[in-house]
Amino acid sequence: MCVRSLTTPRFDRQTTASSFAGFRRALTGIPQDRCGFKQYLSAMEQSVSYTLDSTLDTVDHAEEKATRIATELGFGEDEVMQISMAVREGAVNAVLHGNAYAPDKKVILAFERTSEDLVITIRDEGKGINLSEIPNPLAPENLLKTSGRGIFLMRSFMDVVEIRPSQTGTEVKLIKHVHGPSAGGKEGSQ
Amino acid sequence: MSMKLSTRQVDGVTIVDCSGRITLGEGSVMMRDTVRDLLTKGNKKIVLNLGEVNYIDSSGIGELVSAFTTTKNQGGELKLLHLTKKVHDLLQITKLYTVFDVKDDEAAAVKAFK
Repeated sequence: MCVRSLTTPRFDRQTTASSFAGFRRALTGIPQDRCGFKQYLSAMEQSVSYTLDSTLDTVDHAEEKATRIATELGFGEDEVMQISMAVREGAVNAVLHGNAYAPDKKVILAFERTSEDLVITIRDEGKGINLSEIPNPLAPENLLKTSGRGIFLMRSFMDVVEIRPSQTGTEVKLIKHVHGPSAGGKEGSQ
Repeated sequence: MSMKLSTRQVDGVTIVDCSGRITLGEGSVMMRDTVRDLLTKGNKKIVLNLGEVNYIDSSGIGELVSAFTTTKNQGGELKLLHLTKKVHDLLQITKLYTVFDVKDDEAAAVKAFK
């Protein structure tokens, strides 16, 4: 069986519930025990995406969605926390630093489950970031800075983090392997 | 669960009991306002009791750093008490665990002020 559900609803309660219901319906009847997990994943490639406003509510909703989907897909408690926190940090960057709360700019949040991974994409419509200007938050001179840890946390919690800035926005791809290491992320191409 | 803060005095030290989430938005603002208000009123010995804080994001970490440095810059001291595992782990990976003065026991935390 191959189920693919791709939607781009506007982000309000009704459409969100509807689209997520579709995502959940696709899971119905599939055994979610850990032993059968890989087979279950192979059988069900699917994705869901949301178009979100550039507001603080979006950050909370993105985190909640990540938590629900990661839980539904059978990730452990620690992994769910890591995934949801990485998504939260990505959403914060998109809303604040990317779109700068602009009401006419949207954030695209997409979840895709492949045979081996949960792939989460967060895209904003900002001016793009300069990766070379992002300081290392672990450097002694930066330890007491009050910001600048978001990307570091994403990289710490996910297996692969790809950041693709452009003049029309930044796309962040967060990948968690189904049976990969639970922490200590490897960095993808930037 | 949103952020809740309450303060109490123990032997000249202000204990700020925090619960819920310290995240971008309301939680971070409440933390900032509370610490600044304490400092303005001359309460410069501060313990942030984080025993009931179940979630903190990078903005919340930033607020803890801000509270620490603001207090220090005004001649005060700020300590952290009762870290949950999640907060402990976050401070470890961000290398902030050794920057803060972290205590597990309230009486010891109060006694540790100069």
